[in-house]
Amino acid sequence: MTDTTSSAEAPAILGARAYPAALEWIARRAEAFVIPLAALVVGMVLFSLFILAVGKSPVLLYETMWRGGFGSWFSVQNSLSRAAPLLLAALCVALPARLGLVVIGGEGAIVLGGVGAAAIGVALSGAPSFIVILAMGVAGMAAGGIWIGAVGALRHYRAVNETISSLLMAYIAIALMNQLVEGPLRDPASLNKPSTQPLADIYRIGNIPGMDVHWGLVAGVVACIVSWVLIEKTRWGFAARIAGGNVRAAQVQGLAVGPLIVGFTALAGGFAGLAGMLEVAAVQGSANASLAAGYGYTGILVAFLARHNPLAIIPVAILLGGIDASGGLIQRRMDLPDATVLVLQGMLFIVILFSETLYGRFKAFNPDLWQRAS
Amino acid sequence: MREGSRKAVGVETIGMTMRFGAFTALGDVSIKVPAGSFHALLGENGAGKSTLVKCMMGFYHPTSGDILVDGREVAVASPRDASALGLGMVYQHFTLVPSLTGAENLVISREKVPGIIDWRKERADLAVFMERMPFKLPLDVKVAELAAGEKQKLEIVKQLYLGRSFLVLDEPTSVLTPGEAQEVLGLVRDMTKAGDLTVLMISHKFHEVTAFADDVSVLRKGKLTGTGRVADLDHKTMAAMMIGDQPIAALDSRATPKPDAETVLKVRSLKAPDRTGLKSISIDDLGVRSGEIVGIAGISGNGQKEFLEVLAGQRPRNAGDVLVRGSAYGATRAEARALNVRLIPEEPLKNACAPKMTVAENISFRTFDVDGNGKPVSWISTSAIRAFSARLVEQFKVKTASLSSPIASLSGGNVQRAVLARELTGEVDLLIVSNPCFGLDFSAVAEIRARIMKARNAGAAVLLLSEDLDELLELSDRIFVMSDGALVYETPIARASVQTIGEHMAGHY
Repeated sequence: MTDTTSSAEAPAILGARAYPAALEWIARRAEAFVIPLAALVVGMVLFSLFILAVGKSPVLLYETMWRGGFGSWFSVQNSLSRAAPLLLAALCVALPARLGLVVIGGEGAIVLGGVGAAAIGVALSGAPSFIVILAMGVAGMAAGGIWIGAVGALRHYRAVNETISSLLMAYIAIALMNQLVEGPLRDPASLNKPSTQPLADIYRIGNIPGMDVHWGLVAGVVACIVSWVLIEKTRWGFAARIAGGNVRAAQVQGLAVGPLIVGFTALAGGFAGLAGMLEVAAVQGSANASLAAGYGYTGILVAFLARHNPLAIIPVAILLGGIDASGGLIQRRMDLPDATVLVLQGMLFIVILFSETLYGRFKAFNPDLWQRAS
Repeated sequence: MREGSRKAVGVETIGMTMRFGAFTALGDVSIKVPAGSFHALLGENGAGKSTLVKCMMGFYHPTSGDILVDGREVAVASPRDASALGLGMVYQHFTLVPSLTGAENLVISREKVPGIIDWRKERADLAVFMERMPFKLPLDVKVAELAAGEKQKLEIVKQLYLGRSFLVLDEPTSVLTPGEAQEVLGLVRDMTKAGDLTVLMISHKFHEVTAFADDVSVLRKGKLTGTGRVADLDHKTMAAMMIGDQPIAALDSRATPKPDAETVLKVRSLKAPDRTGLKSISIDDLGVRSGEIVGIAGISGNGQKEFLEVLAGQRPRNAGDVLVRGSAYGATRAEARALNVRLIPEEPLKNACAPKMTVAENISFRTFDVDGNGKPVSWISTSAIRAFSARLVEQFKVKTASLSSPIASLSGGNVQRAVLARELTGEVDLLIVSNPCFGLDFSAVAEIRARIMKARNAGAAVLLLSEDLDELLELSDRIFVMSDGALVYETPIARASVQTIGEHMAGHY
């Protein structure tokens, strides 16, 4: 029991290993890169057919998309700005997904996070800016966390389907926001677009020095890294992965599945709420109907493309931010509606969902199949 | 087609070979089942038995080889072809619709059912058909209300009703009591003797093969390793054909239990709802002492699963106490750790593992959150997990391509070895196990039983829930029978009789 620690790869038990360990390591990880990438390409090809059908050139479209998303420093900054809320919205899908839950109502948490932050910002008006911004962040996270945490609690304690309830609660959240910004929280000066009172400039979040991108991007990247560390390196993350892999196995091990689910969904909602707070504090300056801009839904696509890996969310969110940013240019240059990018997103999502069925099927990525052949 | 009056047909396979990629599941297997004979097919899991019968039934298309029916070469490209030739199969698990009656099940199973069913005519036809059947069955009762033995009879009757006269029975008695098994196989054998039916029975129970079959064929690793008259072969020879020369782990001899051994597990007046919520299970008084194995026998579905779930903390209880070493036990991680309680549910891949996580991770489920001294830690160490699991993989002889393989890629026996490695390492005071050897091959079964006996001899109190009576008789010190949610009978092993236990399992007391 104590003398065999060093024989980690004892050949007598593990069988004659016909391949180096490094190759195995690469193969097992390559799958999660190659399949989504291939799905992305297939989705783009399918979308080309759609573009051909309306009589436009797909080549021109992708060229325009590139220029609109990443072709210049201006467009890169635009893409990064759009990526910031996507990072946090995607975490709202990815964290519950690691526990086996499909939460698609991040939009609701974003909206309520924005309203909560705006309300606190106005209420604390006059306090030092550091305190107010911190309080707004906490309020935004709390509002989103309670909202999605409730989804998790309903799931675990009352067996309510989390996909449906999170979607329906997003509608409730939007209605609640409308009620608040048109009623008790309304700034009488906002005539055409009911909004909360605008935040004073000192309470606004500014840009990263040297860039026209607000600090939300940094917050999003940090949130992704923290989430990755949580899942991969802490015991709570390990327990969550067990529960996500097989909830019965987790129960037999005596793991507290309920608190894990509520904790992870609340954290996920908190990140989405933070996205709402950033929209208010860095972009809009007040809470209004623009909060429901669809980031919560694009976040679903980002999370699935990233296979719910928080680190992979970072490049994927920037890519999707770029596609989003190019909508305007496509509209102007190619005379296509700016909703064209939504069609692309929809097609990508279908192909991504399909590609989920391909994992484990390719021998090149599956060292467990290598030996049987030899 | 469905009169069931066709005479038995004989079936022969010649040089049957089935390859999946580079893997040969079946290599050049020729067996002959003459009309009106009862043929047994023996072999371990993965020996190719089900591949062979799936080729015969048209589910697989063999890489090469031929099938002869009554001496004529036939093409079986689909299950429909097989059915037209009179070949049918009864599966290990029931395929009847529980919410319909027997008569309804029979009629809807026909290939061509009229759009509007004239039930009066069908019933009359069925009555005539049943006249000729040796099986007596209530056809107007919902299948859900039938006993397991009756369901199995109905499955066989269904095949005969569909006009099949060559039946493959896939472990037909695995869900039956010994009495029911005796009856069903006896009736089937009478039909083969009368020349109405030919049977190929997949089994792993030697005593059934000896009692009922005329001939036997044995497969190992996809090859035919032996065939002959059952009368000429003894169990030892058949076992040798099945497992070859691989070593079989010997059971530790049973250490004498100490008379003053402490009662580790105590269950008192426990009541809990069953899965339907309509009935409840109730365990009045059950104690398991250190150094003994208490077996719980019973037919599947009599509350064993629910009882296990209560012990695992997965199912709430309405009343009663579960005590471990005198203190209340609610199956939290902290309690299980403090009291050294281990629980191994049945079908470990489904109930005790996260299939997509790696072998190393799965082996660490119990210990990932503590350091070497049992203190909780916040950060987990991948290298410590690998080192720990590498040691256990070696100690428990888990065959895996690598520690990073998903545990779902392992064979059933190796998944169970990995779970045993996880649960039997360290001090074990109470071990609760359910059907530990279900679906495993010979050598894995022997080894896993040896591990359980070893844990007992080392002083663990063991509660063993099993549907396999042979397993209980081999391992237990005392046997309880669970029927209809309650423990209805108790016997020390020295006075245990299969007959009496079987009757209690069937609820005949």
